[in-house]
Amino acid sequence: MPRVGLFVPCYVDQLYPQVGMATLELLERYGCEVDFPPDQTCCGQPMANTGCTDDAKPLAEKFLAIFKDYEYVVCPSGSCTAMVTHHYEELLHGQPGFEELRKKTFELCEFLVDVLKVKTVEGRFPYKVGLHNSCHGLRELRLGSSSEMMVDRFNKAGQLLAGLDGIELVTLKRPDECCGFGGTFAVAEEAVSCMMGLDRIHDHETAGADVMTAGDMSCLMHMYGLITRQKKPIQVMHVAEILAGRQPARAIVPN
Amino acid sequence: MSDTLTVHHEHPANASEFVANDSRAHWHDQSLWFVRSKRDKAAGTLPEWEELRARASGIKQHAMSRLADYLEQFERNAQKLGAVVHWARTPAEHNQIVLQILQKHGAKKVVKSKSMLTEECHLNPFLERAGVEVVDTDLGEWIVQLRQEPPSHIVMPAIHIKREEIGELFHQHLGTDAGATDPPYLVNAARDELRRKFLNADVGITGVNFAIAETGGFVVCTNEGNADLGVSLPKVHIACMGIEKIIPRAADLGVFLRLLARSATGQPITTYSSHFHGPIAGGEMHIVLVDNGRSDILGSADFRRSLNCIRCGACMNTCPVYRRSGGHSYEATIPGPIGSILAPSRDAKTHKSLPFACSLCGSCSDVCPVKIDLHTQLLTWRKQISVRGLLPWTKRLSMKFARVLLGSTWLFTTAGRIGRWTLPKLPRFMVYNGLNPWGKQRELPPMPRQSFRELYRKRKSK
Repeated sequence: MPRVGLFVPCYVDQLYPQVGMATLELLERYGCEVDFPPDQTCCGQPMANTGCTDDAKPLAEKFLAIFKDYEYVVCPSGSCTAMVTHHYEELLHGQPGFEELRKKTFELCEFLVDVLKVKTVEGRFPYKVGLHNSCHGLRELRLGSSSEMMVDRFNKAGQLLAGLDGIELVTLKRPDECCGFGGTFAVAEEAVSCMMGLDRIHDHETAGADVMTAGDMSCLMHMYGLITRQKKPIQVMHVAEILAGRQPARAIVPN
Repeated sequence: MSDTLTVHHEHPANASEFVANDSRAHWHDQSLWFVRSKRDKAAGTLPEWEELRARASGIKQHAMSRLADYLEQFERNAQKLGAVVHWARTPAEHNQIVLQILQKHGAKKVVKSKSMLTEECHLNPFLERAGVEVVDTDLGEWIVQLRQEPPSHIVMPAIHIKREEIGELFHQHLGTDAGATDPPYLVNAARDELRRKFLNADVGITGVNFAIAETGGFVVCTNEGNADLGVSLPKVHIACMGIEKIIPRAADLGVFLRLLARSATGQPITTYSSHFHGPIAGGEMHIVLVDNGRSDILGSADFRRSLNCIRCGACMNTCPVYRRSGGHSYEATIPGPIGSILAPSRDAKTHKSLPFACSLCGSCSDVCPVKIDLHTQLLTWRKQISVRGLLPWTKRLSMKFARVLLGSTWLFTTAGRIGRWTLPKLPRFMVYNGLNPWGKQRELPPMPRQSFRELYRKRKSK
């Protein structure tokens, strides 16, 4: 039985508890012994991405101390996972346990597909779904092939979703354009950020999606904000919620 | 030209002005996305695309690691072919060298094909002040010259201008019919006018796409043939290049030419890939090698790979921020992702907002034909800006605050609880006001009663 330390991004803990619960249930469903170490807060990405390395370092050290003894660390966010696996190097280089931590930290879909070897997820989701490929998961963790690269096409979240009964994954005009969240970018470059988000939503709407899903709740938080202000009918759900068997908050005519 | 941009604005201010014209911003985004899509199709036709990228990156990194040797080899071989080679440390030295060559020949009229280097050195205004007429002969470049603007893109300098506006511009400058927007008609008018300029020119100036150390020759890629005409009619050819344009062998060209046009415009190859080996019969060829900060970049392990750049513009076409803010919003000779790395290398204080004009989506790094780790370098620039004390105090302070808040589990959970409880009770104007840029166009998420950790604790104790 794999012993998993559950790494829940700070804003998911406080604002999207249902995403954390869905992740927990999924991991348990596939036979993991899951523990949520309560001392965890934030991985430090907001500071690191602003250039404030010194402010990010204590959080990275705290993270290492909390998670170093688990067999695996799993997180329902590509971006926060990439912080640990791709950006902690310069903060924690040479610290005991870091190299092991980097290798045993996984994004949720990556963990399901690559470690637990899950082929299909049992469940029914009879709706038209648009998969938004969050950038760090796509281009840093390589959870899927990016449209820029001329490599064999694959997509770990897409593969899991496609196995659900009744689901229809819609085809987007721009399969992996950024939604414009980008952390502090969302407020520092407010105008461009919101235009990017609205364009991303529009692509999903035109493709006929009733639900937008993504591996990162931060992208969805940004697009939910725009959708709600503009009173659009399209809904957002984290991939973990759909895979764990949750249904859309507002009723949709099923496929 | 670029000198007219004397008052400097931060990128977000320029970008929000561009975005404010919604239909134009979308037109700009879609025009560039169209080019990106053409690039995808062209790149997809080559099964060896990723292999080519890896080779190109390897060749460039090798060339940069022995740059001094290759430059001297190039100089020797170019001299053997009869060219005169000049070395310029700064834009001022470059401009002076060009002017001296012109003065030696009593030249008053110059035709110039596209060269980002001469833009970087602000050669045009310098020569104009010295009484020389300079005509940019690349159609897009000529259009922005007539409008007295800098280019907004390095491959498509006039990509921000609509057909109707070009019709109006040509009506004013060339006397074409008012209201004419038919591209062949406008192009023919431009061709007639430019033909006169070519015939009367004393000197032709070109840029350089690739300079080959092994042969002393160089290659200029254009789609309009303007570089060829510009250096075939006048007897004097001045080629201006940054020192990073060196590649070791003629055989390496096969890698770069295949990548360049496909990445830039989705063409299999540029219409003209002209190879120059020494002066034309009875003429003179001058090659000006310019450093202007490139040696400093070469000395930096973090940013060295930015010198791999072959100026294809693919990172601009793919950048979701560039497409929605326009090239001029960067207020730098080279805009977009690569420009946001190069500009702060020259002047970090002026260009400090550029590394933040980026959502760190990484599309530029994946599209780059020479595998520059663009988004990683942009992140590294953010650190440099912080280290050099150039971050705005609001950002600095909020990150210190976040460090304290997130550093303590108790503070974090307590602040979270208070926030989730208070926010829904506040009157709307206290949450959505000028102090909350998030809420200008976006709602905040609904505040849940319990956090995940509270639900988890309850579930566990059951």
